[in-house]
Amino acid sequence: MKNFTPPPRDDIVRIEGIGVKREGRWLVRGVDMAIARGEIVTLIGPNGSGKSTTVKTALGIIRPDEGRVWRAPKLSIGYVPQKIAMDRSLPMTVERLMRLTGRHSASTVTAALATVGIAHLAQAQVHALSGGEFQRALIARAIIGKPDLLVLDEPVQGVDFSGEVALYDLIGAIRDETGCGVLLISHDLHVVMARTDTVICLNGHVCCQGTPDTVAASGEYTALFGPRAAQTLAIYRHEHDHAHLPDGTVRDAEGRVSFDHHAHGPHCGHEGHDHA
Amino acid sequence: MLESFFTRALIAGVGLAAVTGPLGSFIVWRRMAYFGDTMAHSAILGVALALFFSFSPIAGVFAIAVVIALLLGFLERRGTLSADSLLGLLSHSTLALGLVLVSLMPHVRIDLMGLLFGDILAVSVTDLVVIYGGGIAVLAVLSWLWRPMLAGTVSEEIARAEGFDPERTRLIFMVLLAGLIAIAMKILGVLLITAMLIIPATAARRLARTPEQMAVYAALGGVAAVLAGLWASLAFDTPSGPSIVVAALGVFALTSALPTSHKEISR
Repeated sequence: MKNFTPPPRDDIVRIEGIGVKREGRWLVRGVDMAIARGEIVTLIGPNGSGKSTTVKTALGIIRPDEGRVWRAPKLSIGYVPQKIAMDRSLPMTVERLMRLTGRHSASTVTAALATVGIAHLAQAQVHALSGGEFQRALIARAIIGKPDLLVLDEPVQGVDFSGEVALYDLIGAIRDETGCGVLLISHDLHVVMARTDTVICLNGHVCCQGTPDTVAASGEYTALFGPRAAQTLAIYRHEHDHAHLPDGTVRDAEGRVSFDHHAHGPHCGHEGHDHA
Repeated sequence: MLESFFTRALIAGVGLAAVTGPLGSFIVWRRMAYFGDTMAHSAILGVALALFFSFSPIAGVFAIAVVIALLLGFLERRGTLSADSLLGLLSHSTLALGLVLVSLMPHVRIDLMGLLFGDILAVSVTDLVVIYGGGIAVLAVLSWLWRPMLAGTVSEEIARAEGFDPERTRLIFMVLLAGLIAIAMKILGVLLITAMLIIPATAARRLARTPEQMAVYAALGGVAAVLAGLWASLAFDTPSGPSIVVAALGVFALTSALPTSHKEISR
């Protein structure tokens, strides 16, 4: 195994040294990123750190002022943007929304809606959906065409915590099933880390990047998010045998509720963070 | 059959309504009402220039409307004034410029009321050919571009990310709108064209569950307004263009008064 070389990456998107300038200010600069087939890449960073800008540049929505963007030829993309401002004057059923950018059979539509758990809402008006339901509908729309690259800009907006875990599990399952690349944006660290291959920590430039473990251990990461964030990350790397209740307490797998954030169930593999 | 001016008016109006319905739906969805209004107002300038350089008024109206749309896009991108202010600026200055230009041509006698409010009862067989030829062309392009246009209306970012070109579709949409204004001006006049784009579409909103339904209902509502309006203008000797718009308002009032269907409330 001495001469082991890593298998060549099957990249579908690469950006190199991109910079985007608005009104004389660099929103991002010198950002490199690559997404391979079957890889889940998560961008994290504080508000205004250029996560959405980087993603939009990679997708060709924004033209960079410097640097290069490469996408595999004929790459099919499913995109869930951060915001959608659909005028209320536009009538739209959930079912019709699934066919926004491509033709799909009725059974495909039903299957995509069932995947995100809203098959019963197929005939509902999009404007009548709750925030979480709308988000699920947008995710169903993005995955319906089995894209090569799935891009989700803060996909858990308006989704409650248990739904959040389920959504990230779903994204992981879709990747496992279709082998697509996934690019995620998250402004917090939550569950996303457990399902991620590569984390890129952004603050106008790439602060650090690597597996969730190496990023969490890096000084840049702690400097950007503070030591508490690193702890939070450690918590979320555990098996999810406990739930965080709205009042800040934690309920473990046995149903015990405690106020101590570090009280974990017996199945919880502690990876060396001490309970001082 | 085409000998009767009233029959010709009916045929012209129905053909026009079939186009304003779908096109107007997009105007409503994309919140472009004032934009359409501005393009229509610029038609006066188009007519004046056409008279001045003696070419076809339809070509003049079309060309000026396209130029105004491009100019607006350019000024918006330079970006110190809001789109709203720019529209106000262009809308009224092109209208005024056109009227001043017309008055400077003493040898030209022009029916100002006809320009502003249209004269559907003066439609000739040639006009019918233009309306139907142009109208079919506009609808053909619209149906060809339907999916990318709709995707761009829901989210330009999704449309672009998933392989469409929203800027190009927006440009083509403006050209279609300019084309419609050019063929509709004689019937409705520059001040009432926007009404036939907006009112039937808004009337259709309550009844429609999908974008396609709304476009079809808007066309049907517009046709109903043309029939009712022309009948009323004959019966009460009222001006035809405004009568059609008042009838469209009646259609809107009618659909607004309908009880909300249970489908709309329940999921």
